[in-house]
Amino acid sequence: MWELVQANKRKSVGLIIVMGVTLILLGFIFGSAYHPESGGMVGIFIAFILWAILFLVTYSSGSKILLAVSGAKEVTKDVHPQLYNVVEEMKIASGHPHMPKVYIIDTPAPNAFATGLKPNNTAVAVTAGLLTKLNRDELQGVIAHEMAHIVNRDVLFMTVSGIMLGVIVLLSQVFVRSMFFGGIGGRHSRSKDAGQAQIVFLVIAIVFAILAPIAAQLLYFAISRTREYLADASAVRFTRYPEGLASALHKISRSSDEIKSANKVTAPMYIANPLKKKGRKLSDLTSTHPPISERIKILRSIGRSADFTSYQNAFNQVSGKETKIIPQSGLKDATPIDIRGASGLPFVGETKKQVQRNVGDLVMQLNDYSFINCPCGVKLKVPPAYKNKKVFCPRCKRQHSS
Amino acid sequence: MIGTIILIAVIVIIALVFISYYNSLVKLRNQVKNAWSQIDVQLKRRHDLIPNLIETVKGYMTHERETLDSITKARSQAVQAETVGEKAKAEGELTRTLGKFNLVVENYPDLKANQNFLSLQEELTSTENKISFSRQNYNDQVLFYNNKIQMFPSNIVAGMFRFTEEEFFEIEDEKEKKVPKVSF
Repeated sequence: MWELVQANKRKSVGLIIVMGVTLILLGFIFGSAYHPESGGMVGIFIAFILWAILFLVTYSSGSKILLAVSGAKEVTKDVHPQLYNVVEEMKIASGHPHMPKVYIIDTPAPNAFATGLKPNNTAVAVTAGLLTKLNRDELQGVIAHEMAHIVNRDVLFMTVSGIMLGVIVLLSQVFVRSMFFGGIGGRHSRSKDAGQAQIVFLVIAIVFAILAPIAAQLLYFAISRTREYLADASAVRFTRYPEGLASALHKISRSSDEIKSANKVTAPMYIANPLKKKGRKLSDLTSTHPPISERIKILRSIGRSADFTSYQNAFNQVSGKETKIIPQSGLKDATPIDIRGASGLPFVGETKKQVQRNVGDLVMQLNDYSFINCPCGVKLKVPPAYKNKKVFCPRCKRQHSS
Repeated sequence: MIGTIILIAVIVIIALVFISYYNSLVKLRNQVKNAWSQIDVQLKRRHDLIPNLIETVKGYMTHERETLDSITKARSQAVQAETVGEKAKAEGELTRTLGKFNLVVENYPDLKANQNFLSLQEELTSTENKISFSRQNYNDQVLFYNNKIQMFPSNIVAGMFRFTEEEFFEIEDEKEKKVPKVSF
C-alpha cells in the first residue's frame, strides 16, 4: 500500500506542475495581449495571487466549508455504533494511522464522500439515504472506497488541481468577455512593432483562452476517473469482498436523487457522481466519475482474488482498454488474496421500515430535536425551533412539557 | 590528490547508502511493531467483551452450557498466551468457538430481540472484523520487512545490526472456517 501511495504522489506532482505551467503561461499571454511590454509579468502575478488566495482559503478552512455546506452532522460512537465501527474497521484495514471523523448528511440521495487535506484531520460523510438502503457489507464497501481516497491523498490532490482548474477557467472567461466588450486598452500603440506584437499575442491569447480550459478540464476529469477506479480497487483489497461495493453501487445508481450542495469541484470526492446526468452522450469525457455500470461490471468480474492485479485484469477485460489504472508498483506483487464470504448482517433494526425510522430519528437527534415518549405509544419529535412550553400528543391529546 | 578525493567520495557514498538502508529497516520494523499493537488492542477488546456476552445470554441459553464453557475456556487460554505463535493458536480456537456460538444463536429468537444482546453482537462482530483487518495489515508489514531483510544489499545491513525476521500471524483454521465440517 505504501509504495502505491508514493507512486501516486509522483503522478500527482506531475499533473500539478503541468497545470501550474498552463496557469503561468495563461497569465503571461493574457497580460501580454493587454500590454506587450510589461503586461506579461502582471498577468502571471494576478494568476498566481488568485490561485494562492483560493488555495489558502480552502486549506485553512480544511473540510469545514464542505461539511458545513452539505449540512453534515458529526456522529460519535454512541450515536451510531455500527457506522462508527465500520469506519474504524476500514481505517484499520487501510493502515491509516488516524481515525477520520464521521458525519451524517440529512438527504435521501444515497451517497458518501471523504474530505480533509491533512492525514491527521480527515472526515467521512454518509447520507441518511445511504444508511437506510445498504446492509453492513455494502456500507463497508462504500466506506472502504472513501478510506482509499483518504489514504491515497486524493482529497488534497483533487482540491489543489481543482482550484487551478477553476482559476484557468475563470481567467479565460474574464479575458474572452473583456474582448467582447472591447476592453483591450493598447489599441493606439506607440510604435508599429509593438502593435504587431500585440496582434500576435492577441491571437495566441484567444486560442489559449478557448483551448486551455478545455484541455485542463479533460485532463482533470481523466485523472479523477482513474482515481475512482483506484479507490474501487483499494476498497476490494481492504474489504476482500468486491460484491459488497458492487451491490452498494448498484443500489446507489438506481436512485435518481441529486445532492443540492454538490458542485463540480466537490464531485470527485463522492462515491458516485452526486450531480444529475443530463445529456449522457458527451459527458463521458467531462465526467468526474466513470460510468457506474462499468464499475459494477469490473467489480463483479474480479474472480477469486482481491489483489490489484486481478482488478487491473478485470478492468482491461470489461473496458477493452489497456489503460494502467494501478501504478506499476501495485502490480508487482500478485500474491492472490482470498475473497471472503458475505457476513449477511443486517443494519440497525430488522425490517426495512424500522431501519428507515431509526435513521430518521437519528438525523433528528443530530439536529437537536427532543423526543417525548407518550404513554399512548406515540413518540413525539419536538424540533429545536419549537418555543412553546406545552406539547400535545396528536393521538391521545395528552399534554406534555417540552 | 585526485585519488584521495575519489576514495573519500566513494566512502561517503557507501556510508550514505548504508545509513539509508539502516533507516528504512528501522522504519519497517517500527511499522511491524505498530501493526502488532493494533492487533493486540483488538484482541484485548474481544477478551473484555466475552464475559459480558456470556452474562447476557446465560439466562436464555440454558441448554448450551457446553458451548458457553468452551468459549470461556478458550478465552482464558487466549488471555494467557505470550508469543505470536501461541496467541495465533489460542485466538484461532476462540474464533472457532465463537463461530459455533453464532450458529447456535439462530435457534433463540428471544435472544435476537434483546437490545443489549444485539449491541453486544455488533461490538463482537466488529471486533472480529477489526482483528482480521489488523491481521491483514500486520502480515503485509511483516512481508515487507522480511523481504527487506532477505534481499541484497539490505541483508548485509540487517545482518550487521541484527534485524531479525518477524513471525506472521496466521490463524490456522482459515480453511476450515469456509467449509463447515459436518459429522454424523
